[in-house]
Amino acid sequence: MTKIQNAVIGSVRTVIGWVPAGWLPGGSPDPLIERRAAIGRQASRLDGPSKVAGEARFAAEVAVDNLSYAALVHSPITRGRIMRLDTGAAEAAPGVILVVTHRNMPRLGTLALIGMSDMSAVGNSDLPILQDAQVHYNGQVVAAVIAETQEQADHAVSLIMIDYTAEPAKTLFEEAKATARTPASVLIEKNHVTVGNAERELSRSAHIVDNVYRTPPHNHNAIELHTVTAMWEGDGLLVHDTTQMVAPSATALAKLFGLKREQVRVLSPFVGGGFGGKGMWDHQIVAVAVARMVGRPVRLTLSREGVYRMIGGRTPSEQRVAIGADAAGRFTALIHSGYSVMPPYGACPEQYTLGSRALYDAKSFEFLQRHVDLDIVPNTFMRAPGEAIGTFAVESAVDELAHAMGVNPLDLRMANIAERHPVSGTPFSQHALKQAFTDGAERFGWNRRSAEPGSRREGEWRIGMGCAAGSFPYARMPGANVRITLHGDGSATIACSAQEMGMGTATVQAQHAADRLGLPLEAIRFELGDSDLPASPMAGGSSQTASVAGAIIAAAEKLTGEMLRLAGNASPVAGLRAGEVRLADGGIASIADPSRHDSFESILARAARDDMTVTAAGSMPLEMFKFAMHSTSAVFCELRVSDVTGEVRVDRLLGSFDCGTILNPKTAASQFRGGMIMGLGLALTEETLFDGRSGRIMNASLADYHIPTHLDVPQIDVMWTDIPDPRSPLGARGIGEIGITGVGAAVANAVFNATGKRVRDLPITLDKLLPD
Amino acid sequence: MNPVSYARAASVADALHMAGGQGARLLGGGTNLVDLMRKGVDTPSQLVDVTALPDGIDRAEDGGLIIGAAAGNSAVAAHPLVRSGYPMLARAILAGASAQVRNMATVGGNVMQRTRCLYFNDVAGARCNKRVPGSGCDAIGGFNRYHAILGGSDACIATHPSDMCVALAALDAQVYIAGPAGERTVPLVAFHRLPGERPDIETVLDPTEIVVAVTLPPSPFAARSAYRKVRDRASYAFALVSVAVGLTMREDRVDAISVAFGGIAPKPWRAAWIEDALRGASLSPSAIEKAFEAEFADATLLPGNGFKRGLAKRTLCAMLTELGGTAP
Repeated sequence: MTKIQNAVIGSVRTVIGWVPAGWLPGGSPDPLIERRAAIGRQASRLDGPSKVAGEARFAAEVAVDNLSYAALVHSPITRGRIMRLDTGAAEAAPGVILVVTHRNMPRLGTLALIGMSDMSAVGNSDLPILQDAQVHYNGQVVAAVIAETQEQADHAVSLIMIDYTAEPAKTLFEEAKATARTPASVLIEKNHVTVGNAERELSRSAHIVDNVYRTPPHNHNAIELHTVTAMWEGDGLLVHDTTQMVAPSATALAKLFGLKREQVRVLSPFVGGGFGGKGMWDHQIVAVAVARMVGRPVRLTLSREGVYRMIGGRTPSEQRVAIGADAAGRFTALIHSGYSVMPPYGACPEQYTLGSRALYDAKSFEFLQRHVDLDIVPNTFMRAPGEAIGTFAVESAVDELAHAMGVNPLDLRMANIAERHPVSGTPFSQHALKQAFTDGAERFGWNRRSAEPGSRREGEWRIGMGCAAGSFPYARMPGANVRITLHGDGSATIACSAQEMGMGTATVQAQHAADRLGLPLEAIRFELGDSDLPASPMAGGSSQTASVAGAIIAAAEKLTGEMLRLAGNASPVAGLRAGEVRLADGGIASIADPSRHDSFESILARAARDDMTVTAAGSMPLEMFKFAMHSTSAVFCELRVSDVTGEVRVDRLLGSFDCGTILNPKTAASQFRGGMIMGLGLALTEETLFDGRSGRIMNASLADYHIPTHLDVPQIDVMWTDIPDPRSPLGARGIGEIGITGVGAAVANAVFNATGKRVRDLPITLDKLLPD
Repeated sequence: MNPVSYARAASVADALHMAGGQGARLLGGGTNLVDLMRKGVDTPSQLVDVTALPDGIDRAEDGGLIIGAAAGNSAVAAHPLVRSGYPMLARAILAGASAQVRNMATVGGNVMQRTRCLYFNDVAGARCNKRVPGSGCDAIGGFNRYHAILGGSDACIATHPSDMCVALAALDAQVYIAGPAGERTVPLVAFHRLPGERPDIETVLDPTEIVVAVTLPPSPFAARSAYRKVRDRASYAFALVSVAVGLTMREDRVDAISVAFGGIAPKPWRAAWIEDALRGASLSPSAIEKAFEAEFADATLLPGNGFKRGLAKRTLCAMLTELGGTAP
């Protein structure tokens, strides 16, 4: 989330604007960029065997004594009030322990919304939860049943009778545009940005494209359903959750339920897919509250339909992109503006113009986002919020401009890719998007693309190629803490509350710690997913790896000082200062004379210590303020479109990435591929069918909401520049969200190349490709 | 969710005895009925498991095929007699659902399956005349991309979702029915009803009767036949349009022809107008188009499904042109 980045930037940008780069903490490159052993290796996931063997316990699988089960009732109306509530039949049903509605729910405050100033805020909505009779959106939780078994709870839910009076609801995007808000900032980036007079420049340009692009709402579909198990032990609260925000959740629950932070423990060792959807929603609050009411542990697992009804997804958008170019093909104007949904009780502004601010040079710019207020489950962060749909619009427009000019769209991009941040003028920390394009084009065989749309055929199929760029900002979040414990046997345990959502966090950080501490990978144990461990920030904005790495750097420095002190005068490294040594070969070594070496084992043994423990916080992420730091991508797609049916079948997809050092090629390749597959869904099939008449989602199931199947996913090639970023820990930038970024446009551009049809309205379903 | 009793029928007579009561439903693979029960769309009080009933796939006396209603979809698709004599049927079955679903699903269940209309399936939030007669239809003014352009009514435009039944319709299948009064057969094309004013009554089957088999006459189309299913996603999606075509040629003219559509009507749609127009004709694009226009003259096009008319025409033209050109 660039929100966090911007929150920090907003406060210190002006203060440090004059500081020379070399003075910053990130100013001298991390020495591990040059000197690494485990980092960059193809290590398998440490948690792989336990997952394959079924031993890893996900939140819905934790064995708990005396467990009770909850089920939820969702409002079928969109706006209105509960007039009559009859819970008698449900309460009398077999196995039912309690029925909870706004009448008997304990009085609670509301959650602070994610972002802005409070780093521990986790709310996706700040509406009251079961506090009154008001219904704000279709799918809102209006009652819960707690029973001895899940089946009994599910059955009792069907017996609850509720009468509502419906009130007029805002459900139509097109109508609500008339009253759209223009926020002052988007994630505290200034919203309305102008450089020069873009409209005037546009009108004077030799070549102009000016079009509107539309993207539909999307829903989260992580394979693991949202699930929580809550139990009170005395005054303490234990929560088994599946969450991207372990420590912040504990803090927020403590605040909401009037507890001290240390009374709350949130455990989430494994998350079966997050993508932005595994934050705090109403179900965790309900589970915690009712667990106290029934005096027993409560497990609350959403149904798949429940995930659609009460977990927000990606907002729909309507985006205008206008680009002007001079006769030589240099951009003279870039305008990106539009509308997306953000109800006043929501947290996610879908920053679709931010990617466009970082890609291309132009003589003039204008960026502006407007928020449409609808009565809906609040939209939230969904893999590359903003960039995933923003790049669809801007990278389709670049392709349209290239076609209008009669030039190769790759050449047009190469001629306009920025050398410094185009809006702020800040230098990039490292930026090899041009190389990513060149390398990708060569591997893909871009030169085989036919310039004339619709000219390549195989039988009834028209073949096309397309490409697109992506950009996603680097972020390192403040507030990351880790604890390092060096054991007497020379092994080490690294601990922090970080989140493992399947991307390989523990594996990569263990690789990092091995190199940082001078130990073999087998000597490292990495503990995470527990709010009792030193707090690290939420996993979001592709920032967790850099954030935790920064904290390990700080802790390793502290450990070096402590071990030097402990080594004493008899040590081969006696007399050396922290800056004169490094951790290597299982101990401390002199940088100038590596033969001066003292092992951790002997230092601890001489001091009669079992272990040495240090805890430290990562430095402030000042590198983000001094440099423009962005992961970038060049995506290539080849596909075919049936001349008979309009069916689109993707044959090849290639992602060429510039994301700094790739820490583990195996886990990174999985991240990239997963993101690109999600991008195929965005391009071709995914669409939440939101019925504007009722305000209700009509396709709340995986049978009716179409993500790609195996048959829809072609061979996916991924490659990377692997050029270290000299301003980030380990030289790495985020890779979790750049994979989806750009895929929508690459597919749309390939469809145009195949057919000559420009689809500006996702998803690109076959009816849009049939002749009228 | 409702309390429900479960019993397993050992014979057709047994099943008839148990299935006669109000609230009883026959349970095959459960790939549709169990979903409907979970969603509260259907609330039977008794399930009669009929998977122990005849599931053979055998040569009939007339040289055709008789398929027991309990035969699994996968078993039918894989059977040598089906693959050699009725390849269109094998292709249609394999175009449907997923391997797991096809392994569980039965032929009888496939014939009897319900529509996947989003509004039919949404008990809490939508009106549906099929689910609650007289309550109204939210699909007509709503999301109707998967809905009918032929054969619908003001009360209902839901489609029958089966792929298998489209091929069965083209192959002149008969549905073999047993009831308290004895046995009867009904052509598959007459088995499903159009909705009219009563979309809740979907077939001509009396509640006391059960489907025990499907029979196929010998088919002249083994050499020239095709099933094509059109959809955005390459797998696990219902047809937007599907077409089953069987053809025999005499020199350059159509001798016998059979055409059925799926995804466009409340029932598997046997295209008699098209067949009549093309029988004896040469397969020129203009002849095919003219035949198609006759069949689809009464099509009702809505904003969400209007594209299907052109899509069906293009798909049919491409299939007939290709089949007509192949050697017999």
